[in-house]
Amino acid sequence: MPIAVAPERPAVRSTINRMAPPSGLGDKVFKWFTLAMALAVVALVFLVGWQLARGSSLAIRRFGFHFLATSTWDPVAEQFGALPFIYGTAVSSLIALIIAVPLSIATAVYLTELAPLWIRQPIVSLIEMLAAIPSVILGLWGIFVMIPWLRDHPFPFLKKIFGWTPFFSGPIYGVSMLAGGIIIAVMILPIITSVSREILRSVPNLQREAAYALGATRWEVTRIAVLSYAKKGLFAAVILGLGRALGETMAVTMVIGNTPQIRASLFAPGYTLASVIANEFTEATTDVYLQALFEIGLVLFGITILANLLAQLLLKTMGSTIKSGAVQ
Amino acid sequence: MKNSHLWRKTKNALASAASFVCALLVIAPLALVFLHLLRSGASAVNWSFFTELPKPVGVAGGGMVNAIAGSFELLGLAALVGVPVGVFGGVYLAEYGTVRGNWLLRFVADVLNGVPSIIWGVVVYGLVVLRFKSFSAYAGGLALGFIMIPLIMRTTEEVLLLVPAGYREASLALGISRWKTIVHIVMKTALKGIVTAILLALARVAGETAPLLFTAFGNRFWNHDLSEPIAALPLQIFSYAISPYDDWHRQAWAGALVLVVMIFFVNILVRFLTRERVARVL
Amino acid sequence: MTKLHKLSGRFLGLIIASGLSATASAQMTINGAGATFPYPIYSKWFDEYAKVDPSVRFNYQSIGSGGGQKQITAQTVDFGASDGPMSDENLAKAPGKILHIPTVAGADVVTYNLPGSPALKFDADAITGIFLGQIKKWNDPKIAALNAGASLPDQEIVVVHRSDGSGTTYIWTDYLSKISAEWKKKVGTNTSVNWPTGLGGKGNEGVAGQVKQTPGAIGYVELIYAIQNKMPYADVKNSAGKFVKPSVESITAAMATAQIPEDFRFSMTNAPGNDSYPIAGATWLLVYEQQKDAAKGKKLVEFLKWALTKGEDMAKNLDYAPLPADLRERVLKRVDEIKM
Repeated sequence: MPIAVAPERPAVRSTINRMAPPSGLGDKVFKWFTLAMALAVVALVFLVGWQLARGSSLAIRRFGFHFLATSTWDPVAEQFGALPFIYGTAVSSLIALIIAVPLSIATAVYLTELAPLWIRQPIVSLIEMLAAIPSVILGLWGIFVMIPWLRDHPFPFLKKIFGWTPFFSGPIYGVSMLAGGIIIAVMILPIITSVSREILRSVPNLQREAAYALGATRWEVTRIAVLSYAKKGLFAAVILGLGRALGETMAVTMVIGNTPQIRASLFAPGYTLASVIANEFTEATTDVYLQALFEIGLVLFGITILANLLAQLLLKTMGSTIKSGAVQ
Repeated sequence: MKNSHLWRKTKNALASAASFVCALLVIAPLALVFLHLLRSGASAVNWSFFTELPKPVGVAGGGMVNAIAGSFELLGLAALVGVPVGVFGGVYLAEYGTVRGNWLLRFVADVLNGVPSIIWGVVVYGLVVLRFKSFSAYAGGLALGFIMIPLIMRTTEEVLLLVPAGYREASLALGISRWKTIVHIVMKTALKGIVTAILLALARVAGETAPLLFTAFGNRFWNHDLSEPIAALPLQIFSYAISPYDDWHRQAWAGALVLVVMIFFVNILVRFLTRERVARVL
Repeated sequence: MTKLHKLSGRFLGLIIASGLSATASAQMTINGAGATFPYPIYSKWFDEYAKVDPSVRFNYQSIGSGGGQKQITAQTVDFGASDGPMSDENLAKAPGKILHIPTVAGADVVTYNLPGSPALKFDADAITGIFLGQIKKWNDPKIAALNAGASLPDQEIVVVHRSDGSGTTYIWTDYLSKISAEWKKKVGTNTSVNWPTGLGGKGNEGVAGQVKQTPGAIGYVELIYAIQNKMPYADVKNSAGKFVKPSVESITAAMATAQIPEDFRFSMTNAPGNDSYPIAGATWLLVYEQQKDAAKGKKLVEFLKWALTKGEDMAKNLDYAPLPADLRERVLKRVDEIKM
């Protein structure tokens, strides 16, 4: 999906607002109508927050903040804690970022600075196609193709070399935190690449020209003039990718192993906030169980808001408004 | 130093090569997935796939016609919700409002874009399914529509802002009222872009599974009443793929292939529609 | 405005067509949700019954026993299905009285992924040890002692269990709680438990798939899933000390010895008798005694009667044990008590 950078243009609006003819009934009605439509997003945010809070009120009262620090998830004993899922979401997202960010930014750099012109549009189109692949299909590919391959080739290799560290120790099942991270990486590659591309394009040509004038090679221009200028924006692109990674559900559920535990090894299975909701929501038979799941949803919602807030603030200080247009 | 220049040129070449490899790595999953879909699913994409209902467990054959139709119906319902709210909300952001207020609205829309789709399923479950005590196509359509709203809103805003101010000024100078200016001049000019926005949002939600799990529910037969459960392509693909039957696996891949091709088709259509407008130098 | 008109026109047309077809066709849809365990036999029944009575369609989604219980309580479906009986607590939460209608019985089998797919035998100790995470390798003496001829590799055992709320899990944990006090204390019996070890798969299908794909894996699935997937499954030692192969006969033997109370909620795990398979359980359809929709209720009752008579004859072919004749009579009487 094309991402656009829209520099704020208050000039247009204020000019028109000053010039507009005396408002007739039609104008008033239309303005309020569109305002009502726009306010729908605010209503939706409150709706989501309210539904989640209402659905988890009992659990919140019962577990309090301990919910965020407990690692037991026991439906029989009715002890619930979100820690394994927070851990799972955090670790899988981190792995995804570690894999995706260098690849995406390098690709964005290639597409804006280094690639021959004729090759740019085809690659951009292909990346947008990748973004269009539904999560469930990627997840299926994950279980049937990626996991067996991972289990037979890269994982044993990693274990051989890094097996002495806690991160690559333990048995290899195939489904694992690492597999979860990899599949999320595949899903967030397009969005980080797109936004980074926009950021890099918005770097004023003057910067590049100045560097060229000093005799820099293409790569040096990129490194010195473009990347350092765009640092903040690129960081914001990363945060947007993170926001997307946090909410990824179907694909992760199929490859991460669905085990609520906290282990150092990346080969061990894990569980994310979104996955536990997907797996257990329709089946939570007791009230507390259901409420605990709503509370997990609330935690996820909160984290998503924070990530977006961070990205927007960063972008604001860079002077442009970027639309995240997050593709699922 | 003679070496320095050569070294800098080498670095340049290396950087180009390295970033090209990265670009290939980014595209690689796309190729891999698509190839796998073709290999596993192409054999099962036949006439009966597009015309027959699912057969029971253990019986070979059958198709996913109800799931394909169901997906279209859900998209239709979603569009009923998402298009008016999204488009006219985008109109507000582009034409009216204050700098601060609009920033807030945009921020909220971006937050909504980042809400995991499963949460929408949970919300609509509480709002509609429990209230009316029934899974339904309406609930599924509503969940998808909610996802579409912030998406369409932001893209519409972008597209409307691209319409030159001069158009508006000329229209107002002729005495045409503000709202008529917006609807008949601005929106009409940006129509292609708005349609693009809608198509892209539809393509996006067409592949959603999570929000439909608790709302549309799934249906092995035709849906005759929108207040009843309905089949959808992603749901059917999912439940077939994790089943133990080889025949169903093949059908799942076929379904996945069909879904991906439909989505790609929409993307290509969009690219075609926006072709002339964009004179970008990449 | 033409393109927009065309698009919206098309969508609107589709919606209206659906609405019209709703009034045009008199076909009723009855929705159900629940267990994955009996899914094969239920889907066969629904398909056959559609030929018997074309005016009604049964739409069943296998989301897990826990889901079946929850959705019938919330009245979002017309009937539920569960392999674990509903607890008194949960029954109390429902807005009306829910009846348990047993339909067939099946078996939880122990399936595994080893090179050469040897035929293995397990006993209570071995299974409990493995699933508690105490027995970690395939060549552990406890397993080797039971399987003298088989070549057991020096490989880690990968336990696979259900990640969703499941009646298959209920039957499994019910069995383990009966044979192991340690399990009962540590984990307990439920559709969803805090597993000491292992990976989670979604549905019987997910577990079967996971075991099939992971060398050294062991898991529990309903008999038909192991058969359909051509996966090996083990003989298990029953309470009489005999190693029994899971089959329709051994399940029927287990059911014959079960004590079945008035409300039909019974357990048949670890059943006595030489031929009984120890990890077997019945599966129930959950319906309200007082149906809220008379027309649907009538069709539902007709179906239940058909299932409990004609349907039962189809069970054996799919490796489910049909209910014994006397139990069937009792259940049919209960079905008569359903009020519209």
